[in-house]
Amino acid sequence: MNLPIDITKTHVVHQWKHDRPLIACRISPDGQQAVSTSEDSSLQLWRIPGGEKTVLKGHESWVHALCYSPDSQQLVSGGCEGSLMWWAVRADAPSLLRKSDAHSGWIRGVAISPDGSTLASVGNDMLVKLWSMASGEKIAEWGGHERHIYSVEFHPSGNQLITGDLLGKVHVWNVADRKLERTIEATPLYTENKGQQAEYGGVRSLAYHAERKELIAGGTHKATNPFGAVHEPLILRFGWDDGVLRKSHACEGIPGGLVWRVQWLKDGTAVGVSGGSTGGLLLFFNDSQEKEIHRFKLPSLARDMDIHLESNMVATAHFDSHLRISVMNV
Amino acid sequence: MSLAHYACGSREHGLNRRRFLQRSGSTAVAGSAIAGGLGSLTTGLAAEQLKAQDMRIVVFNMHGGLSQLESWDPKPGTKTGGPCRSIPTSVPGTHVSDLLPYTAKQMHHLCVLRGVNTSEDDHGKGAYMMLTGRRQTAAADYPQIGAVAARMLNDESRGLPGHIVVTPGGGGGKGNEAAYLGPKYSSISLGGSKPPPNTTKPDGINDEAELRRHDFRRRLNEEFLTRRRTAITDAYTHSYEQALRLMERRDVFDVSKEPQADQDRYGKHDLGRQCLMARRLLENGVSFVQVTHSNYDTHNENFNFHIEQLGEFDRAFATFVSDLFDRGMLEKTLVVVLSEFGRTPNINLYYGRDHWSKAWSIVMAGGKVARGAVFGKTNDEGTEVVDGQVDHGALFHTYLQAVGVDSTQSIAVDGRELPIADPAAAPVWKVLT
Repeated sequence: MNLPIDITKTHVVHQWKHDRPLIACRISPDGQQAVSTSEDSSLQLWRIPGGEKTVLKGHESWVHALCYSPDSQQLVSGGCEGSLMWWAVRADAPSLLRKSDAHSGWIRGVAISPDGSTLASVGNDMLVKLWSMASGEKIAEWGGHERHIYSVEFHPSGNQLITGDLLGKVHVWNVADRKLERTIEATPLYTENKGQQAEYGGVRSLAYHAERKELIAGGTHKATNPFGAVHEPLILRFGWDDGVLRKSHACEGIPGGLVWRVQWLKDGTAVGVSGGSTGGLLLFFNDSQEKEIHRFKLPSLARDMDIHLESNMVATAHFDSHLRISVMNV
Repeated sequence: MSLAHYACGSREHGLNRRRFLQRSGSTAVAGSAIAGGLGSLTTGLAAEQLKAQDMRIVVFNMHGGLSQLESWDPKPGTKTGGPCRSIPTSVPGTHVSDLLPYTAKQMHHLCVLRGVNTSEDDHGKGAYMMLTGRRQTAAADYPQIGAVAARMLNDESRGLPGHIVVTPGGGGGKGNEAAYLGPKYSSISLGGSKPPPNTTKPDGINDEAELRRHDFRRRLNEEFLTRRRTAITDAYTHSYEQALRLMERRDVFDVSKEPQADQDRYGKHDLGRQCLMARRLLENGVSFVQVTHSNYDTHNENFNFHIEQLGEFDRAFATFVSDLFDRGMLEKTLVVVLSEFGRTPNINLYYGRDHWSKAWSIVMAGGKVARGAVFGKTNDEGTEVVDGQVDHGALFHTYLQAVGVDSTQSIAVDGRELPIADPAAAPVWKVLT
């Protein structure tokens, strides 16, 4: 029986080192495995809690996009070379099931439908694509974003797909007919810095809370010097039904930070992982106030996060080549 | 005895510094040694022959420091390579970053120099070195390549300025970029696709009144110049006359006159319009155009920013090079793609790359530059040059030699013979045909 969550007691319980800086990470739905990706273009499977590592090679470039199937048997990875790879990750010798040349340019995000039947992928080619998890066949593809698509999530019903782009546009698509249902404006996450002639930010991550009917979008704002990593973390909390912005969760004292990923705790606490010149931080927000209710300083700059709600575990991928597992209780 | 150009007529100005050095005892040896090996290219027949060759230069200034690893010298699969891959080009065996797919198809026109080492990681100093061929010192200031080109190559009878900088907003330029050549050779700055500002006649002034105004100004100027002529007054006079000529040829600066198909091919963004403007200016005989593309100073999220920036640059630049070739202009036009420095092979905490001047790349094309060539090499991780190292001084010589200017010669300025390029450096002959 797990102890209840106490975010103020969050602490690191494991740290496992790879050879190169890490980029992304996920925990399998059954909580028995974690995966990370690194700047050597490989994937690393880590057994929880022992930390035994298996390295998977196949991508020709870095991997930012990861998703486990609901039964934890398969893992899908999307690389900057544009390939999707399906991996069988529970065999004694994990192996590549199939590979698809899916996108032109970077794949930025993948998501698997709640019933496990469909994979969605998005990327720099500004296309949304659907794939059969069973066969790997492409089911559909469509455009509609004007700039690179950074994030994708399924609605828990499986009927809608939510995608976010550089400009801060969050599109809600009907999965059945691929029609755009509406757009939620997360434009505070986008900065056009005319002095530096730079466009920066974007919807780096999305997460939906079914019971609260709220959507959160993570990224950055106040990008006064995007080339110099001077920008602050920001999470926007929207009502799902009306698309209205309910809270802008910003932080004080983090001049260099960006929320790489957002997720929910069951009680409606929004969690973001921030990495930047201020370091690596887990930031916790509830709906009572805009600023954070708690922050946990990680030992090194973090680039991604995944929360396993059943075990209160948080995995974080770090620049110092470590995958860290923290727990949110004593 | 000839007087210095701006002399007031007094006896003291009858003897200029160089003449003094040449006539005085032991220093005469030093003086003649300085001047002795240099012939002047800016007077008489040599100058006329040079201008008759009708050569031009266009510089793409990748402001902030383009990453060589995401452009001309990719290292995929290595510790420093980052997420970008390399792709083959139209030259068998030569690869560039996958962020340059259109440019890769024009590689047979280009020459990549992968062994640039300028040992200067400061933006301002690096830019100065790359544009003047010299290191900045408190003791002397040197003209930029654009000013030298305007002086050496421009045919003023065309009525167009010889040194133009095209930026998205029209800013930049000016400063002391012409140094001792005088403000006449400083740049005119254009914003994207627009003609220079204030180049239309005020509504309330008709042609006759306009003529009278300028006649009156010229009379006053002539009277004043007989007594107090200086480089500054000459610059003022030149500016007025140049402005008049610009007003007459205002259409040259209007990119909307180009066919819509061309505007589409170059891309509907600032750089696309800047490149089309550059083509238009070169076709009309402007001797030097600098196109500035910002910003590559990517200490943070280097890869995202390079994808965005090079996504604009790649197609516009490839179209530009292809057009110059198709129109028979590449033989007469030197194309240079440079920055103030490159970026670190090391990838920092923020997916960024920092300033790196020890091993980076530039690209040249056209004029007398070898086609489809790669000169110089860096090691496997791109941390140092292992073959064909060149610096800013050598590159400056090479730019000039590529358009037929003997960079080892001198330039006559107000009675003084000054080396065109750093006498301590030499051209990279291996990249010239």
